[in-house]
Amino acid sequence: MDRLDRLRGPVPPRPHDARAIAALAANPGCARRAVLDAAGVDKDATAAHLGYPAPFGQSPFAITRGNAFESLVKESGCAELLRLLRELLGLPIPLAAYTDLGDVGGNPSAQVRHSHTRKLLDKAARDSDDAGTLYDHPLLRLEIAGHSAYLEPDVVAFRLGGRFHIVEIKSFAVVDGQAEPDKVAAAARQAAVYVLALMNTLEELGHDPRRVSHEVVLVCPENFANRPAATLVDVRPQLAVLRRQLARMARVGAIVDELPPELTFDLAPDADGVPTRPVAELREAVRGVDARYAPDCLSTCDLCFFCRDEASAEGSTDLLGRQVRDALGGVATVTEALGLADGSLTPGEGQEEIARLLRLADRIYAEVG
Amino acid sequence: MSTLAALARLRAVHTGTAQRLATVRHCHLSERPMVFIPLRLAGEAAAPLAAMAGTDPGHPRLLVVPQPRDRDLRFAFAAELAEILLPYFEGLQKATETVERRGAEPYERCVDAPQVIVPGRGAVAFVQLLGRSTRFRRAEGPYAVHPSVPVLGRWLTFLAQRAQYPGSSLLLAATEALSLHWATGQSTLEDANLASLVGWIDPPPGMTGASAAREAEDPLVWPPAGPATDPGFDTEVLAPAIRAYEETRSDRAAARVAEAVRSQLEPTWRLMWRAIGLLGTLPAAPGAAARWEGDRTSFTGFAAQLAEGGPPQPKRDGAVGAASRLARMERAQASYDAQRAYDDPLVMAAYRLTGEAFTGTVVATEPDRTEGEGRGRKLRPLVTVRTTDPVRLAPGTRLGTPERRGQQAEVVAIDGEHVTLKIVKGMGRGMAATPGAVPEAGERVCYAALTDEFQPPASLPAPEETPWTHGGPPPEYSPADDEPEEEWS
Repeated sequence: MDRLDRLRGPVPPRPHDARAIAALAANPGCARRAVLDAAGVDKDATAAHLGYPAPFGQSPFAITRGNAFESLVKESGCAELLRLLRELLGLPIPLAAYTDLGDVGGNPSAQVRHSHTRKLLDKAARDSDDAGTLYDHPLLRLEIAGHSAYLEPDVVAFRLGGRFHIVEIKSFAVVDGQAEPDKVAAAARQAAVYVLALMNTLEELGHDPRRVSHEVVLVCPENFANRPAATLVDVRPQLAVLRRQLARMARVGAIVDELPPELTFDLAPDADGVPTRPVAELREAVRGVDARYAPDCLSTCDLCFFCRDEASAEGSTDLLGRQVRDALGGVATVTEALGLADGSLTPGEGQEEIARLLRLADRIYAEVG
Repeated sequence: MSTLAALARLRAVHTGTAQRLATVRHCHLSERPMVFIPLRLAGEAAAPLAAMAGTDPGHPRLLVVPQPRDRDLRFAFAAELAEILLPYFEGLQKATETVERRGAEPYERCVDAPQVIVPGRGAVAFVQLLGRSTRFRRAEGPYAVHPSVPVLGRWLTFLAQRAQYPGSSLLLAATEALSLHWATGQSTLEDANLASLVGWIDPPPGMTGASAAREAEDPLVWPPAGPATDPGFDTEVLAPAIRAYEETRSDRAAARVAEAVRSQLEPTWRLMWRAIGLLGTLPAAPGAAARWEGDRTSFTGFAAQLAEGGPPQPKRDGAVGAASRLARMERAQASYDAQRAYDDPLVMAAYRLTGEAFTGTVVATEPDRTEGEGRGRKLRPLVTVRTTDPVRLAPGTRLGTPERRGQQAEVVAIDGEHVTLKIVKGMGRGMAATPGAVPEAGERVCYAALTDEFQPPASLPAPEETPWTHGGPPPEYSPADDEPEEEWS
């Protein structure tokens, strides 16, 4: 794994949070992202140094609202959450213990906190006691391309009758039973990361991982009020995607082996953390690993503007999105597609059909446009 | 996406300017549209932060909620918005026309209807949520609001529901209306940015569409068109201004918030009128006027319902209501697709590419050919068309033609480049074809397997006869008594 460390340079690997891990599944075909993530490279700083700062940011209002909602749900030992769980799972939960796993005293390292979580989870899994227990601030661990990523969820693991549920608290509203689909999808992807981490932990401890429910409890504000409401969300599809992507990242070694040995994404920060790596050099290094740009990257990847510019310079049809690429039958560049359309380019093998369509489209466009 | 639209995007990349996807305008454009640009506080479902609205490009009205978390200020915003929108809706109800119907009572229809134009899909969703959060309020009792607020809520709900209806132009999203007529050299995802889309279609002098679009992505040059604001603006400008207002509650602090949001709204306001101007450069399609008539009927009907004091729209449709709405929307989609294709050779082109339509030259006709005997004898002319389009139609398929809208033809045989058709509808009762009814040899014609015929409404049981499979008859709808008190925090 020292090869990955060399790619990153002498800085600690950037920790993966659940959001970052969930985003990995967004574009599984991109080698650039797989390598940078596996090496724990700070993509945000890389993009900024390249002159293509990431277009993301979170509004302070959204952050305040999220925190306020979370503390409301967790108030007085998660009393509100317990009420919701009673209703949702339809179970008589007379009493529930509340265990704060974050409470280990002092300022412990991630490893210490994680082993504390493990110990308590092990105990919980052995316990045949039927009373419900809420575990707040668990620190879970997931292996990503040989590195341990510690996940500090803003969620609670809930154990009842020997089964564990992941509870995910989100502050987007559910109005009359409906929420914005992409927000729900993002929450499900993120919750799947926690489910997987919890499953792995139980398995390592010698318990049946199926004791973790694949249905997560999503807690959101209802309608326009701050009152929380809970829904069960099945995250099996997200789990499958995540597993496949993590397995792929474990094989990232094969991509890395192909790279020139001297390649590094080191930003060479000075004493103040300001990058000193010549930009041209870094650009060449990043270009050394192939990207697969798609417009979806614009909402998920820090390097999106850099890759978009690169795709644009190459005249790649990726720039226009999947729908266009599909309509073009996978023709890779704009020049090639336009050449096939005006007949100046002879179609290659397997391109006859799309060439015929493009020529016809070109003719009709000229006729009526 | 059709190959034609994909090719148009490729050409846009190549030339650096947007390419036309339509030769005519497929949406109605009002002479006096109401432009409405709502902004929402980040992280909240429907907390209005500000809005710019008006029918006069030179005089936008700015509405501001200096502390969007304050419930009273939100309702004051809703009441102020009602002051702008309700007179606009009511003014249009004054002039009506009588519509005669065969076999039914004539009815009154408004001669014009409102057209609210918002920047994009996000704003349409916001209109729907704002409608949902205000329509159940009451003017008396606890948490009383201004009487205009629930009325506004119902109008907004009506508009948002109508926006789902294919081909309706009562509530238009500017990005969608533009994307229907122009192809840019970027992805559909990026087309959702109004500034960048307008940049492609109408770049400033000396710039290509591509470079104008890139410049438009800088939130400092072109603030987002909403309802979400730029997180950087929130952090650096808006949050301190709202905090100052929270502390002092002074007019000066409120004015500071207003100036902050004005800086975010004004560029979009100008952009919206540019977008309307761009749409106005295209001649209206005949179908757009017909669909606007449907919009006017719907507007008239809703205004009457409101005047009769009907209850606010329910939160959810019952089973029968939902099924009939879906069926109506499906029929509207089919007829919208057909009308656009018949109105516009560029839209028709997509069907020619897939073999569902073809264009060619008439090579032979049998205009006076008849079928049947005695009283059942009918005029059924044959037409043979030569085309180089890749026709993929089975014999017996019904076809329509933009040249003769009332006619229908049937595919008889396809032999290489020759397609033989039989005209089966719209020939009249006579035994000889009227001049011009049958295309003559040498004429360019187009036929397509798209029909825009009247389809009878789906036959569904009455709501009180909803079968048990669909939950049985729904309880009689009455807005629950606790609804006005529903929190809006």
